[in-house]
Amino acid sequence: MIPAAFEYAKASSVEEAVKLLNKYGEDAKVLAGGHSLIPLMRLRLAQPKALIDINDIKGLDQIKESGGKLHIGALARHVTIHNSQVVKDKLPILAEVAGEVGDNQVRNMGTIGGVVAHADAAGDYPTIALMLDADIVTNQRTIPAKDFFKDIFTTPLAADEIVTEIVFPVANGPHKYIKFRRRLFDWAIVGAAAQKVDGGWRIGLTNVGPTPVRAKAVEDALHKGAKPEEAAQHASDGLNPSGDLRASPEYKKHLARVLTKRAIEQAG
Amino acid sequence: MAVTTMIGAKIHRREDPRLVSGEGRYVDDFTRPGMLHLAVVRSPFAHALVKSIDVAQATKAPGVVAVYTHKDFAKVLSGSMPVTPSFVAEKKQSPARFPIADKEVVYQGEPVAVVLAETKYQASDASNMIDVDYEQLAAVMDLDKALEAKSPKVHADGPDNLAWDLTYIPDDPAVMKEADVVIKTRILQQRLAPTSMETRGVLAEYSKPDGTMTVWMSSQSPHFVRLFLGGAMGIPENRLRVISPDVGGGFGAKISPYSEDWLVPAAAKLSGRPVKWIESRTESLQTTTHGRGQIFEVEAGAKKDGTLVFIKATQYLDAGAYLGTFAAFQACACLLAGGAYNWKHVSARTVGVLTNKVPTDPYRGAGRPEATHMCERAIDLLAGELKMDPADIRRKNFISAFPHTNHFGLVFDSGAYEKAMDMALEIAGYDKLRKQQEEGRKKGKYLGIGLSSWIEICGFGPSAATAPATGGIALVESAQVRVFPTGSVAVYVGTHSHGQGHDTTFPQIVADTLGVPYDSIELRHGDTAEGPAFGYGTYGSRSLAVGGMAVFKASKKVVDKARKLAAHLFEAAEEDVVFDQGHFYVKGSPDKRKAFGEVAFASYGAGLPEGMEQGLEAVAYYDPSNFVWPFGTHVAVVEVDAETGHVDLQRYIAVDDCGNIINPMIVDGQIHGGVAQGISQALYEEVVYDDESGQMRTGTFTDYILPSANEFPTFELGRTITPSPTNELGVKGIGEAGTIASSIAVINAICDALAPLGIKHVDMPASPDRLWKLIKEARGTNHNGKGGS
Repeated sequence: MIPAAFEYAKASSVEEAVKLLNKYGEDAKVLAGGHSLIPLMRLRLAQPKALIDINDIKGLDQIKESGGKLHIGALARHVTIHNSQVVKDKLPILAEVAGEVGDNQVRNMGTIGGVVAHADAAGDYPTIALMLDADIVTNQRTIPAKDFFKDIFTTPLAADEIVTEIVFPVANGPHKYIKFRRRLFDWAIVGAAAQKVDGGWRIGLTNVGPTPVRAKAVEDALHKGAKPEEAAQHASDGLNPSGDLRASPEYKKHLARVLTKRAIEQAG
Repeated sequence: MAVTTMIGAKIHRREDPRLVSGEGRYVDDFTRPGMLHLAVVRSPFAHALVKSIDVAQATKAPGVVAVYTHKDFAKVLSGSMPVTPSFVAEKKQSPARFPIADKEVVYQGEPVAVVLAETKYQASDASNMIDVDYEQLAAVMDLDKALEAKSPKVHADGPDNLAWDLTYIPDDPAVMKEADVVIKTRILQQRLAPTSMETRGVLAEYSKPDGTMTVWMSSQSPHFVRLFLGGAMGIPENRLRVISPDVGGGFGAKISPYSEDWLVPAAAKLSGRPVKWIESRTESLQTTTHGRGQIFEVEAGAKKDGTLVFIKATQYLDAGAYLGTFAAFQACACLLAGGAYNWKHVSARTVGVLTNKVPTDPYRGAGRPEATHMCERAIDLLAGELKMDPADIRRKNFISAFPHTNHFGLVFDSGAYEKAMDMALEIAGYDKLRKQQEEGRKKGKYLGIGLSSWIEICGFGPSAATAPATGGIALVESAQVRVFPTGSVAVYVGTHSHGQGHDTTFPQIVADTLGVPYDSIELRHGDTAEGPAFGYGTYGSRSLAVGGMAVFKASKKVVDKARKLAAHLFEAAEEDVVFDQGHFYVKGSPDKRKAFGEVAFASYGAGLPEGMEQGLEAVAYYDPSNFVWPFGTHVAVVEVDAETGHVDLQRYIAVDDCGNIINPMIVDGQIHGGVAQGISQALYEEVVYDDESGQMRTGTFTDYILPSANEFPTFELGRTITPSPTNELGVKGIGEAGTIASSIAVINAICDALAPLGIKHVDMPASPDRLWKLIKEARGTNHNGKGGS
């Protein structure tokens, strides 16, 4: 429970952070909220040589709407996203999801950029980003969400690349995210999201594979007029989740169907 | 008693402002000049031979002062870690246990080496540089398989894996034939990790010139640690001081001594410097003793009219790789198999089994939750067979005459079981709930109501019963009351408060007995250098019924002396002196009175009665005449989401009777905590090992699921008061009651909810994936059920 020794440096700008990342090379890790990284370090499952703390970078936590898009700064904390009036108005599903991440302590520290860059299969934001075709903006480029979540904990981010903001489309129609978990502060065993966009449905699933999943088969079935219950049967099409202590693969697939049905039915 | 103003008062815990504002002093808050930090290198395997240990690199690492292995500790430690008889006097085998492994490791986490360094970071870093060459052996992980003749052995040189096999009462086939209906069930009591907020920790300082050792540690029973450690290190009690300061929870897992409790003082002696070790959370989950870990095979029978006939219990107890100091305590589940009911016959057998896992030992309730669980499940199954309401079958068979001697010779001191159940049913609105359930079932809702009418043996205990169980030391209790010249009072007790609130409740007893202000009384505990020669610690809901009585007894000794002195000062006969509300006066002259403090002051002066010594203080040891027997009925209301298997615990009602009450708020707090822990067993917690490798899969709080306050409904409490005739205060115990009652209340409710699907058994924890599978299978085979989804 004691991490290996590491160096620590604080960056006050993205440029400085990049400079520091270049200095330490591949062994450096960016520290934002730290709520995924530090537990891994305590168990010595992660042993970065250096942590580059970006928490002091000004302006990286801004939330604003512009040009029909919702821009969420990478350092925006879950609690800020949850309470943001702009988010509530323009993309209420994101505000709701933010309110269900971890517990108060996690929500006060954790950031959306950290969750996205960490690319944990059980992260909630990646599902929303993927199903709504959000863009992940870095100091170097803009990466569409569908090209970003490559595998579990795996993204196209280069060693000196930092996520600076996530750009979502505005969507304030009927929506619902159901996060099935044992305890209120847990990661999702399975999560299902439904969002109405331009008359059609977007359906996303959390923790049913190494990356977030967009359930296109469900979307298509709904488009063709299937009832939620019928369409939701397709939620497990092509899924091959791994089992763990909380759920077998079969149970996860079953939950994907049940939760998808409920998310569509309860979307409001 | 002279006055009763404080006893029964709902006052706030005086220790809380200190504890909740970060001013508590736990082991890790103590530091000594020149102190080193110790890290333990542990076996990653459940079973392996240790071929060699290469410490060269670690020894050269920055800040490292020493690396010790078995051969070093063998110079300063001797003997085997203690194992008491508990409820099984004759063991088939009890493997010898040295606190650090030599040639063989038998559970994951067993110590193989320790590193001493200037900082804890250096110690931790260097502990990763020790290269141990292991040869892995087959691990014995499964209780059933462990007993098969062809099973690998937990200890390579052991005869087999059987630790004990004791039949307390054999079956009576003639009685068994009298039953019209018979049920059988197999109940798994999963292993639980007792997760205190404060993990274990030890700080030891050895003074070579005077041969004294001081040990700070997180313990429920510092005097027992002194007794055992002194034996292992050859240090007499008068030179060995064990201080157990503020302790952040114990739950039974801090009674028995551990490897590190030996290794840290030994390392201090070997190195000549103070040494500290603080257990990490993963070490805690892996190496602190586990609770439960049992399988029960239960058979029970009843007459057509609901009269109970027999219950037969066989307990298989997963002892782990060595026997815990009180491993066989959990066998008391057998002695309480009959619960709160009259049975014509009760038979019971306990079988202790060795496995390549960390030892099991008492954990909140220790044997009594298991007993309640099996008995209350059997009662519900019988009710189901007989188509009786679960409340009716209980009512029909409750023991109602006290004292009651059960089949094992235990004497229940007092009870009013039906009254407590009636109150619980009333609070629950039982009849209305049954109607809601019926309506709900028509709409496909799975609402369940679970009852648990629990009893408990606690207040350990009478010397005649407990001295043989520990191997010699009777579990009585001691207290010393000191009244200083100006009337302030210090009370030293042998119990240890680590959440129980003794700092508040014991002074409440003293305040009433001496008639002095509550604020003038200070309670001290947890330091073997203070107070009576021996203290017995806190566990088994004993502190009030045994320790509180010692405090009461010592206080009365003080009053008796003060009365003699007051009579002398009044020049009156002692029998004419009245002691009331903290004042002495001569019968008939209440206006000419002397306050207790005045008499206290006089006791340090001149002119005392002939033969009376100066001073006003007393030591008392209290040996109870019996155990005490709290009881009650809990009701759980759940709704099961049949589509996902999720259990929504909607309501929880607890009516408990622990006799007279010193502080109702503390009693409520104990019930809340205990109920939460029992519900947690029913729904969340489970230690999981990989069956093949023996690796623990629940080594962090990510995987070992502890619920938070969010996961519980508001508990609805009720209370009946049936004083105990066993002691003068009329008190029983309440520390474990919630845990004893609650796991089966929840499981009975879940089984009740799923009864329409034909489901009669649910393993713990009743996790959603497990319930979903059960429901799916039931629907697949049950023609009345809906098709699976």
